[in-house]
Amino acid sequence: MKTILLQGNEACARGAIAAGCRFFAGYPITPSSEIVEAMARELPLVGGSFIQMEDEIGSIAACLGASLAGVKSLTATSGPGFSLKQENIGYAAMAEIPVVVVNVQRFGPSTGMPTAPAQGDFYQTRWGTHGDHPVVVLAPWSVEETYRLTIRAFNLSEVHRLPVILLMDEGVGHLRERVELPEEGELAVWERPKPKEPPDLFDPVAHAGEEVPPMPPLGAGYRLRVTGLVHGSDGFPSESPETVAKLLRRLCGKVEGKPELLQAEEEGTDDARVLVVAYGSTARGAAAAVREARERGLPVGLFRPVTVWPFPEARIGELAAQAGEILVPELSLGQLSREVERAAGRRVRSLTRVDGNHWSPGEILAAIEEAGGWS
Amino acid sequence: MRRELLLAGAGGQGIILAGVILAEAAVRQGLFAAQSQAYGPQSRGGATKAEVVISDREVLYPRVERPDLILLLSREAYGHYGQDVPATARLVVDSSFVSDPAPGVLSVPITETVREKLKRIIVANMAALGLVGALAGVVERSYLEEAVRGRVPRGTAEINLEALGLGYQMAQRFMGVPGC
Repeated sequence: MKTILLQGNEACARGAIAAGCRFFAGYPITPSSEIVEAMARELPLVGGSFIQMEDEIGSIAACLGASLAGVKSLTATSGPGFSLKQENIGYAAMAEIPVVVVNVQRFGPSTGMPTAPAQGDFYQTRWGTHGDHPVVVLAPWSVEETYRLTIRAFNLSEVHRLPVILLMDEGVGHLRERVELPEEGELAVWERPKPKEPPDLFDPVAHAGEEVPPMPPLGAGYRLRVTGLVHGSDGFPSESPETVAKLLRRLCGKVEGKPELLQAEEEGTDDARVLVVAYGSTARGAAAAVREARERGLPVGLFRPVTVWPFPEARIGELAAQAGEILVPELSLGQLSREVERAAGRRVRSLTRVDGNHWSPGEILAAIEEAGGWS
Repeated sequence: MRRELLLAGAGGQGIILAGVILAEAAVRQGLFAAQSQAYGPQSRGGATKAEVVISDREVLYPRVERPDLILLLSREAYGHYGQDVPATARLVVDSSFVSDPAPGVLSVPITETVREKLKRIIVANMAALGLVGALAGVVERSYLEEAVRGRVPRGTAEINLEALGLGYQMAQRFMGVPGC
């Protein structure tokens, strides 16, 4: 363990390199630029490649190319750039190309406020690209968790062969705090499935029954067909109803109904009469408020989704059944609260904020007291 | 122990760097620290704020909610953060920019002193850091010096450390902080 002061964006870059990422293509944008800067500085030192592309579309496209060639790839951006990446996120999902996309949320829509925190991209990470598609979204609340989740993002992306989005926000990306980083090799690093057979014996159709078929690297002699069109197990385009449905259900099945993908933290949820649900930087103020409430003896709990997509709806449903009031503070006009309502099956108290500031513990505590009838 | 410090001024004054160095010094000393900021899209001008939270326990909420110390280095920052200051907070302004603070506000000619003694006001942020370090009293000077050496551009450590020392001297001279 090494104890240092580190910035969230820097932690992301370090985590990526620890996860085995050796390719970065990006286009700098506040508040994610420090990731780009750190990757430009660090990647050449470990034999990796960095390229600043002409825009965000080119950036993710280059990452997909590098990943197809067998290299773990990262791109990082913020709202306006994340919008541009949507088409190729869908391509990665359809062509089963592992890639990690970091979105350090800033105030939007459009160029919005580059340096102000926001959480308005919650639904975009899940539904930004068209069509039903699998995606995993992880949202850190601290600098240290950013490091760990970046590694987890790569691990999940590799073994499931899908795009994984690390959903940060300005409040985490630009935060510097004391961290204790694990030693190299302390955290597990997973790799994508590769064919065991040599190139001349490799037949993708032989792997048709597998949820995640092996992925030979381009350029190693394997015949590989890659397409964004709906395709059969041979890689050729198909419009056969059976083939089409089978592919789409298999792709989405990588994520749906997989409890092992879900990570969350709970505090005081056992006896909570008021349940607070928050993620990312907002959860820091929420956790401080919940702790203070519990120190005063109030039955208040915090549920913090770490995996935000797939959404932890089963657990929220359980908690909603025992809690009286549910309070959802966030830096948007009610995106998270809408999803919590869906999972809870009833209305919740939505604390919306779109003024470029964070929720403070005092403000959340006041809302807790009001919700519980303790004020 | 939790100390919340707020430094604000104009973009380009090095406010954020001063905050980063303060937080890093605290971590070097074995404390917990968090540093955050708010600033506009421009790199020069505009309002800039650096927040530092130092604690002997893990910092859950990393931002300033109840400041213990506020240092303001521009007139605009004084207008914004110098009003309705809680009674528990100590407010200090750089009198080089804030000529007529309200009665009771501590006033120190930080930038003027740096201009006079070092001829380079670009290091005024380090004098501000020395002043804050002395007033906050939770981070030892040796750790601040270490952190300055580690964070300033190569070849500029000496003048930055001189400026830091000026900050400690000002704390003693203008506010009677002993042992600086």
